[in-house]
Formats: sequence, C-alpha cells, structure tokens
Amino acid sequence: MKNDIILSGVGGQGILSIAAVIGYAAVENNLYLKQAEVHGMSQRGGDVQSHFRLSDHPVASDLIPYGEADLILSVEPMESLRYLPWLSAEGWLVTNSNPFVNIPDYPDTGELMTEIKKVKNNLIVDADSIAREAGSGKAANIVMLGAASHFLELPVESIENAIRKLFGKKGTEVIDLNLKALHAGRDQFTN
Amino acid sequence: MSKLMLLGDEAVAQAAMDAGLSGMYAYPGTPSTEIMEYIQASRVASDKNIIREWSANEKTAMEAALGMSYTGKRSMVAMKHVGLNVAADGFINSAMTGVNGGLIVVAADDPSMHSSQNEQDSRFYGKFAFVPTFEPSSQQEAYNMIFEAFETSEKYKVPVLFRITTRLAHSRSAVEQNDEVKQNDFSLPSELRQFVLLPAIARKKYKGLLANYEAIANDDKFQKNNFYIDGEDKSFGIVACGLAYNYLAENCRREKCKHPVIKIGSYPVREDLLGRLKEECDEIIVLEEGYPLVEELMRGYPSSSYKIRGRLDGSVPRDGELNPNIVAKALGMNSLYGEEVPGIVRKRPPSLCKGCGHADMYNALNTALEEHGPGKVFSDIGCYTLGALPPFNAINSCVDMGASVTMAVGAADGGLFPSVAVIGDSTFTHSGMTGLLDAVIKKSPVTIIISDNSTTGMTGGQKSHATNRLESICEGLGVEKEHIRVIIPLRKNHDENTEVIKEELVYKGVSVIISQRECIQTAARRRKKEREKK
Ligand SMILES: Cc1ncc(C[n+]2csc(CCOP(=O)(O)OP(=O)(O)O)c2C)c(N)n1
Repeated sequence: MKNDIILSGVGGQGILSIAAVIGYAAVENNLYLKQAEVHGMSQRGGDVQSHFRLSDHPVASDLIPYGEADLILSVEPMESLRYLPWLSAEGWLVTNSNPFVNIPDYPDTGELMTEIKKVKNNLIVDADSIAREAGSGKAANIVMLGAASHFLELPVESIENAIRKLFGKKGTEVIDLNLKALHAGRDQFTN
Repeated sequence: MSKLMLLGDEAVAQAAMDAGLSGMYAYPGTPSTEIMEYIQASRVASDKNIIREWSANEKTAMEAALGMSYTGKRSMVAMKHVGLNVAADGFINSAMTGVNGGLIVVAADDPSMHSSQNEQDSRFYGKFAFVPTFEPSSQQEAYNMIFEAFETSEKYKVPVLFRITTRLAHSRSAVEQNDEVKQNDFSLPSELRQFVLLPAIARKKYKGLLANYEAIANDDKFQKNNFYIDGEDKSFGIVACGLAYNYLAENCRREKCKHPVIKIGSYPVREDLLGRLKEECDEIIVLEEGYPLVEELMRGYPSSSYKIRGRLDGSVPRDGELNPNIVAKALGMNSLYGEEVPGIVRKRPPSLCKGCGHADMYNALNTALEEHGPGKVFSDIGCYTLGALPPFNAINSCVDMGASVTMAVGAADGGLFPSVAVIGDSTFTHSGMTGLLDAVIKKSPVTIIISDNSTTGMTGGQKSHATNRLESICEGLGVEKEHIRVIIPLRKNHDENTEVIKEELVYKGVSVIISQRECIQTAARRRKKEREKK
C-alpha cells in the first residue's frame, strides 16, 4: 500500500494542520511516513505545498516523483492546478472552490473550474459554506480533509481520533465542531 | 522506546539533547531555525538546564559555542548556510584551536534557494577548515549521527560540521530515540595554551590538524558512514551523497540497485573506497545535493578519459536541488509526468501582510524620494526585502545581512545623494551596527531607516536583540541625538512621516530614522497568548 498526497494552498491557510491530522492517523495505523513541508519565505501569502507520503513500507524520498501522487488535496482552487505534474493518471484532485485572491492577476473563477473539471477524477467542494454551517468557517480545512478522506488509505475512525488528539487542548466544543466538519466534508462524496 | 515524529531539524535538536548537550547557540535562518526553536520549547531542555538563547549573529553564536566547549561541555551551534560565512572566521580558527568538549556546527544548506540569496554548499567549508563533516540522508540518520558527531569531535578534539539541506530539515518522519548520554562535567582544557593561536603555537597546531584530518580519513568507525553496495551491472557505478541516496532508492523501487553503489554520509571519504568503484565500473555517476564536490574529487586533474558523470557534464543539472525525477533521468530510468500546469495558473509570490508597518514606511519613503528620483535605496534581508516587488518597487539592493548600511556609505563616497539604507531591527543588531559606526566616524551623508517591527519576522518571529534598544545603541555609536528620529508607520501618519524623512534626506551627515511598529503577526500571537493566560 502507498498513498502519496500533495497538500496545497496559500501560506497561512492551515495546510499543516491537515498534515498533522493525517500524521497522527498514520501513526495509529503503524504506517511509515515522510512529510516535506514549506517553511520560511513562501509562508508570507505565497503558494505553499506539502508532500505527504504514507506506506506500509519504508519511504525513501521526501519528495513525491512526478506523475505518482494519488491525491491532490487543495484548500484553494488555483493552487490545486499548480501540482498537476505530480498527479497520477488515476489520482484524485479534491479542492475547495473558494478562491483566495491576493494577487492582481488572479484568473477568472469560471475558467479555473473548467480547468479543474478537465481532470479525470475531480471533486470540488464549497468548504467555506459547509464549515460555516458546521459552526465555524475556520474548519474549512477539516471539511476538505473529510471530502478527501475517501481517497486516504486510513480508517475514518483513525482520522477522528487524530482530530481529538490535535484539538484536545481546546476542549470538547472545538473537537465536536471539527468532527462535524469532517463528516460534513465526507458527505460530499459517495463511492 | 517510543517513536517521535520529527522534522530533520527537530531530529538534530532532540539528538543533541539526548547526547549530553549543555549549550545551544544560533541565529535564526531558514532552513535551520527549528533546531533552536525545538530546544527552546522543550521541557527536557529546561529540566536539564540546557543554555538556549538566540545570539546576535552567527559569529557570536559560533564563538559562544566554542567557549562552552572550552569548559569541557558539549555544545552545538546552528545556522543557515550563509550564516557560516558570517561565522567563518571563528569556525575555521576553531579547527586550529581544537575543542575541549564536543562541538557540532550545523549548517543548513538551501539548494534551489527556497529562502536564500545563494545555494552555497557547506561541505566545502568542512574541507576548507579540515573539519570532519557529516551528511545524513534521513531523519533517523540525522538523529544517530549527532551522537557520533559528538564522539568524533571529542576523540579528535576538533569541531565537527553537520550539513543538512532544506528537504531533510523540513521533512517529518519517525525517529527512534537512543539511550541518553549524561552532560559532561566542567573541566578546563588540559593544556591551557590550546586556544592561544599565536603564530608559533598555530604552526604546530596546524600540523596536528592536518594529521588529524588524515587519521579521520582512515578511521574505520568514521568511514562506516561511507559504504559499498555491490551490484551485478558494472556498466556504471553510482556515488550517492546524503539525500541523493533516497532519490536513488526511490527509483529502484523496493529492489536492490542493479549497479554498484557507494553511499556517502561523512567526509573526508577514504580514497580506496572511491578507487574500488573506479576500478570495477566502466563509468561513474555522482549524485550529490549541492556543488560537485565528490565529482571534482573523482575527476582529478588533468581529467583522464575515464568517464565521471554528474553536474559537470550535464547528466545532472548544474544548479538546483535534486529530486527523484532528475536522478531517474541521470540513470537512464523511466519516470512519469502528470499533466502540464494550465496557463491560467498565475505566480503567487510572497507579499507583505495586510497591515504591515514596513508597507507604510515604504509608502512614506517613496513619497519623500519622489523629488530625488530612483536608485537611491540600499536594503537588506528580512520581510522588508519584499519592498523590492510591486506595488513598492522601493529598494535597489539586498546582498547580505548588514550590507544596506555599508553600501549606502560607499555609494555616498562615490557621489550618490541622498544615499539611503533600509534595514530591519534584527538585521541591524546582527551586522548593521558596525557599519553605522563607520558612517559616524567618517560623517557620511547617509539616511538610515531602521524598520523596527520588534521581532525577527522573516524567520517566524523570534525575539529580536534590538527591541527597546535601538535609540540608545545609535546614540552610543555617536549618531547626533537630533538626527535620531522615531516615526510610527501608520497610514494616518503618512504626511508627517514623509516630512521627517524629507528633512533627514537632505541632512549632510548621518541620520537614523527608526520606524517603529510591532509586527502584526507577532502582535496577534502575543494577544492570543495573553487571552489564553486569563
Ligand atoms: C547571515 C544570515 N543569517 C540569517 C539569515 C536569515 N534571515 C533572513 S532575514 C532574517 C531576519 C530579519 O529580521 P529583521 O531584520 O528584524 O526583519 P523582519 O523580517 O522582521 O522584517 C533572517 C534571520 C540570512 N539571510 N543571512
């Protein structure tokens, strides 16, 4: 088994907390993992990505080779397209539909959606609205994780446990909100 | 023992604490920053009383670490690759003095320049200083090698260089901990003149250093990090240094490599090991992250007809970091490629945060400079370097920390007027103060703007040595009191601030304008902490 994932977004959007949840869940399942993060310069509102590799065998490279990612999980639509060279022919692109506009030449959203829909396996989720319905717009990244959870080789119970662990210090209210966000995201796709 | 999920940086930090570290010294710099941050946040470090304050710059950090070693204790100093330039005098001469307690110098290189001005390869510094150098390929190896690095340092009484690169520093994986080593007791060097590099002593010490370096090249334990893995296809052999080994393994999938491979994890490398590969194989491909250090070594001079492939013959790109696909191509293996990035995807460069004080400072400066025309502003390294990009287009240089002040002085000497420097608060105490003293002594007509956000912003908001000290430092260095001006960079103060800058621009002596408003990121974190405390 192997699960190569590219997490993408804009600096400050919280892709590292998605990574932390997947990380905890992977450890619970005794999987090997390597996760390359971006720190430093690009965190100032630039594009950021993380290569997350899960496997039942030791992982060699910290970086995913081109054409071998099983999943692009993006919290921003334009950013989801930046990593297409890494996506495998059968891989899934799962993205938030809400653009983060901090550049003057941000493309037309209609055109963006057209490009995203050209990817064979795509799932576009209005994570911001779903998160607000679940109780807080801040949980949009957990909604996205829920939507993408169908393509992670991890039991959903482990992801729930990981959320309990990550948000443990913040109390049951925050945990429940995020679990709700996870499942609301998960309901966006049925096999 | 339980496994920890650690960044490469954190593995280095955890290992050092487990291996009996007494003092950690550093100045922040991507990708090395998390080493100190991890130790500062660690409960264990606090229980063990490990010294762990940021230093003013890499040179002061290096020398403090050497001082800690003088007392017989284990110390570590960490910096980004260009930090080693700043610390180079101390580093190279510490090889001459040698150490008492074990001393590790961690240099985190940044090939492909994700957050740096260049991609210099620190292994050359190891060679230059005759200092043994470690280059781990994984988080676990990094952890284990730190123990060995301390042992090597104490066995040979030399500092040890520990080279990591961005991909390892900032990649997380499981690490298994070793048994703890106790901290060393206080003990003075047995020879009290060991650290006195008077020429007569230095000449003797240098011979010792050279002999040491050769002994290390023949030390079986040390050379275990460099090993030969046989393979049946001898049409070419492969040398894989550090992280390059992972990319090779990735391409071999879970199989053994068909070709003979030498994995390199420490330097100097024993010559006969490389010689064996040369004898057995028709060609050699060298895979290394950074400059072609081993490749040049193997090519020799005059270059023989024997084929050594790598960065120098174009089998591997001459610049930039490696990745699995580059390695596949060099080895003639197949690799995949997904779809091209659609044309509508735009670049998203980093930018100043909304509400950042640097932005208001640049707006005022730009207005004040309108009448003087473009090309007058030297700047420096930090968040404020983003003033080079639109909408500001406000600065004309970013070279190395502190260079804004000194370049402004030199350019004023050359006839530039007004000659302006824009420097951050942490950069100013790192390397700007000495340049300001030059300016004061020669009464240079320069205007120096210290954009003080009371933090080391670019690297994630570490404490700045400059906080609450800038006015008194400038006064102490001899800047006239009436030409030390403080402004608060807010949009509502734009006109007032522009006037202050205009006045100082035309003053024909040294003026310093401190533009002072806390970084909005640091302020938000501070407020959050205060709320949580309540
Ligand atoms: C010799 C050297 N050390 C460290 C760095 C990494 N570095 C770049 S900018 C910076 C911090 C600058 O802080 P400050 O001057 O206060 O500006 P700010 O980012 O807060 O605006 C550091 C540590 C470097 N580029 N060169």
